Amino acid sequence: MNAPLIETRGLGHSDGPRHILYDIEMAIRPGEIVTIVGPNGAGKTTLLRALIGAMQPSRGTVWRKPGLRIGYTPQKLTIDRTMPLTVDRFIALGGSGDPDARAAALATVGIANLGAAQVTDLSGGELQRAALARALLRQPDLLALDEPTQGLDQLGEAAFYRLIERVRRDTGAAICMVSHDLHVVMSASDRVICLNGHVCCEGAPVQVTEMPEYRALFGLGTQGALALYRHEHDHGHDHDHDHEHHHGEPQP
Amino acid sequence: MTGLLDNFVLRAALAGVGVAIVAGPLGCFVVWRRMAYFGDTIAHAALLGVALALALETAVIPAVLAVSAVVALAVARGTGRRYAADSLLGVLAHGGLAVGLVVLSFLPGGRGDLSAWLFGDILAVNTSDLALIWGAAGLAGLVLWLGWSRLLNSTINEELAWAEGGNPERDRLLLTLALALLVAAALKVVGALLITAMLILPAAAARPLAKTPEAMVLAAALIGAASALGGLRLAWVADTPAGPSMVVVALGLFLVSNLLRRA
Repeated sequence: MNAPLIETRGLGHSDGPRHILYDIEMAIRPGEIVTIVGPNGAGKTTLLRALIGAMQPSRGTVWRKPGLRIGYTPQKLTIDRTMPLTVDRFIALGGSGDPDARAAALATVGIANLGAAQVTDLSGGELQRAALARALLRQPDLLALDEPTQGLDQLGEAAFYRLIERVRRDTGAAICMVSHDLHVVMSASDRVICLNGHVCCEGAPVQVTEMPEYRALFGLGTQGALALYRHEHDHGHDHDHDHEHHHGEPQP
Repeated sequence: MTGLLDNFVLRAALAGVGVAIVAGPLGCFVVWRRMAYFGDTIAHAALLGVALALALETAVIPAVLAVSAVVALAVARGTGRRYAADSLLGVLAHGGLAVGLVVLSFLPGGRGDLSAWLFGDILAVNTSDLALIWGAAGLAGLVLWLGWSRLLNSTINEELAWAEGGNPERDRLLLTLALALLVAAALKVVGALLITAMLILPAAAARPLAKTPEAMVLAAALIGAASALGGLRLAWVADTPAGPSMVVVALGLFLVSNLLRRA
């Protein structure tokens, strides 16, 4: 197995009395597509930010390969309205000095005509594509994408996952995505990490969907409801949200 | 050269332009990062630095820098615990100003200089003041010049900057340092109460005219310099106080630029 690009040890994070993440042990290896799924408030964005170094976790360590190049798109990119900035310049600030490469990247993400537009005039979806173009141009070892398909319709989603596949094939970059849009994501991932404060389960998509922890969290088909969440783990931990604990019970 | 600098109007013009051409670009960062109130707090608390320097008979600029550092640290540490940032800034701004005024009143002859510290006394700038102003403003400008791309990236989006190997925390510190330097330089020119105006107004006036950050910074520097010279001219012709006159001209340019380019 290849040496990991990023590895966490006992990663945890608390915001005041709220435990957002605990006991996270995970690694991302070169060239793999990893998707972090989980319900709202599961700590997905916090985990991704800790992985890329945008946030200092309160416990544990995040090891990053020295010189690791990261391309990142936040869940919601906000740029102050007082900042005059063209899309082309925004992308160039990521480190690409080649205008042709920038134009090509904009075409790749489907906003070829917006290079001269002001970033403050873009819609949320367009801005996210611009951020993706910037991330791709960095020729990253790791692409970290937070909810990259929100605001895309189904066609756009399908095209997006084809793009991700192509990026991995052409550049060998590892890709780590956060999503709560399960079914489409599953088909595009090598590995799924199911998160709810801690790593509930992980593995290849086919395996994960068979796991009781996953089924408990997301249910089966349209029955997907968090109310069905049962703990099958025998390791104890404190939750501040209340749901019934049924330790040692047979699987539903 | 010394002969030229004997002219107090020329000294005033050089002091005003020196502060303005750095205040404009730095003011852009203040506007982009929504640090206006923070700038105000540093400027008000600077008066405490002046008072302490005079009381201890030390140099003014290091004292202003020290007080600014304490204020920046207090804001960074205290925010979000019990008070929101703006409450905390208000406490520090007005607390610093009031304590500074009280300390000044104890100093022999201190009261006489009060309005000079509050509103500036640009026509009384002497050659060594001028050297300090250009030195401090030049250093602040150098920080912006050398760190330009990094500072810009940290300002556009901190998360992206972290992910791309930047250090937005260090960049915030650098900008605070530059702000403190500029405040120290500008005290004698526009005074503690109007420094923020020289930061905000030229930058805000430049915004509608610019399509790139560099253009906005350049326009802000030019608008600032024009305001400084125009204000001095106004003060000369109409016998008005020089510091406020500069701000009035900047306000006029702000209105003109917004009328030219309606949003």
